[in-house]
Amino acid sequence: MPHQSSSHPKERPSAKDVLAMLSEPRSLVMLGIIGALLLCVVGSFAYVGGWLSPGLLTPGRFVDGFEEVNGVHPGFRRNHAKGVCVGGYFESNGKGARLSKASVFELGRVAVIGRFSLAGGQPFAADGPAAVRGFGLRFEPRHGEEWRTAMIDLPVFAVRTPEGFYEQLFAAKIDPATGKADPAKVTAFVAAHPETTRALAIIKAKPFSSGFADATFNGLNAFRFENAAGVSTYVRWSMVPVDAFAPEGPANAQNKNYLFDAAIARIRRSPVQWHLIVTVGQPGDPTDDATLPWPDTREHVDVGILTIDSVVDEAQGSCRDINFDPLVLPNGIAPSDDPLLSARSAVYSQSFTRRADETKEPSAVTPAEINQ
Amino acid sequence: MSGIERVTRERASRSTGSGQFTLPSRILHWTMAAMILTMLYVGVAMVASLADYHILISIHRPLGIAILVLVIVRYVNRKLNPPPEFIATMPPEERIAAHASEMLMYAMMFAMPLVGWGMLSAARYPIVLYGPIHLPPILPHSPMLYAVLRKTHTIVAYLFFATFIAHFSAVLFHTLIMRDGLIDRMVPWKVRGPESGN
Repeated sequence: MPHQSSSHPKERPSAKDVLAMLSEPRSLVMLGIIGALLLCVVGSFAYVGGWLSPGLLTPGRFVDGFEEVNGVHPGFRRNHAKGVCVGGYFESNGKGARLSKASVFELGRVAVIGRFSLAGGQPFAADGPAAVRGFGLRFEPRHGEEWRTAMIDLPVFAVRTPEGFYEQLFAAKIDPATGKADPAKVTAFVAAHPETTRALAIIKAKPFSSGFADATFNGLNAFRFENAAGVSTYVRWSMVPVDAFAPEGPANAQNKNYLFDAAIARIRRSPVQWHLIVTVGQPGDPTDDATLPWPDTREHVDVGILTIDSVVDEAQGSCRDINFDPLVLPNGIAPSDDPLLSARSAVYSQSFTRRADETKEPSAVTPAEINQ
Repeated sequence: MSGIERVTRERASRSTGSGQFTLPSRILHWTMAAMILTMLYVGVAMVASLADYHILISIHRPLGIAILVLVIVRYVNRKLNPPPEFIATMPPEERIAAHASEMLMYAMMFAMPLVGWGMLSAARYPIVLYGPIHLPPILPHSPMLYAVLRKTHTIVAYLFFATFIAHFSAVLFHTLIMRDGLIDRMVPWKVRGPESGN
């Protein structure tokens, strides 16, 4: 019931009146109610913001984990820290349009900026056979929405959840005394994660390629395509190289950047190309588990050719200041229920924010190296 | 003439006399109160969440732009329908504080969506509202600019929450302890004011 206005005090009360009013038992009860209400509001705000849950894995604490394991390297990405910028275009053949209404799949050419990288938070790490290679891409249709994707050269991902990734990060931490990860921790992690054991068997079954240009890069997570008729299809995608596959050789002890240098030389020689292959999922195919492959018998649609014809160092190229957030998606591509997707988006964003105003130093792959 | 005298005189001279905000003002107040509180909670939740980050940011962007549109409507409405006089029980210092907090909240309602839009522009994130609907960038691509705006966005958000708490506390104090009918000025239903007399 609203108060009747006629009962309201009409005059301004003196300080004495207010004090007298406050000392009434009724006022003390009301003060208690006000306190409780304020506590509820402030408390729920603090709870929602994660301040009351010190054990909660937040994007900030995730990136703290990267910094704890790898050290802080100002200006660099907290993961996939070592890289080089590339550019080119994607030529769509129009065959993707039956699956997705995204303008990038209409017949025609779309400008592309990309980044080759090595997984791990060390920006000056030596190239080697152990390192996972990454390929970030940003498609910019002239009259459409952007699409960004960050792929790696593994056939499946080794962990299913963000929490699994975080645990793996610490299990695989290099012990400075031995120069290797603690085998006991690695064993304990794998024992606790049977999905990782299965995934590692798949990863080890296929040989790795000799470099960036002949590597197949996989989006790994499932996404949902939606076509103009409103029909949804779950898909995964891969960039399959035109260059012939050559198996990976041993590390080059003389050159810490041998993989990047080989990629630069290869792009200088002639444009490097990949087919964008969309794998069409069937009902029952796992969409929320990037450790599980889809059957080889699934339909593969070749939707166009990616051409990379330029390479530039990170300071001059525009790839350094782009976040290859896998959830920057055009209308026509939507996330699946894979828990890694939202987490990747959140953690990439946190890493981007932290490095945004840090002083930048030259990347491992220098302009001199690119221009020689 | 001091600021508060001017404000009081302006409010008194243009008030409708019922002591209550006009219906459009009350609708705008409660609609935007719900939207802004949702925004503040969504904002702190998305920064702390891995699993819900994407869905929350997908709500945060269009809701922020809706607030920007509504605050323009609300500002025009405030010029057309000025607020009623402060109630008699408010001393001058409290009137100054109440008026300043109203102005601060208006400033933040304008600033927050613009800073958000600007920081996404400076980071070169697409500013997607819903499906194919997206906004153009309003600032050049600059990580340094992004960093400054991103920090500003957080600071102003906390300031907004603190101002809301102060506003909420003052209204509770008037309503539950002083029982002076302050809340009647803004309640959604019609309240007969002492001056309206009918």
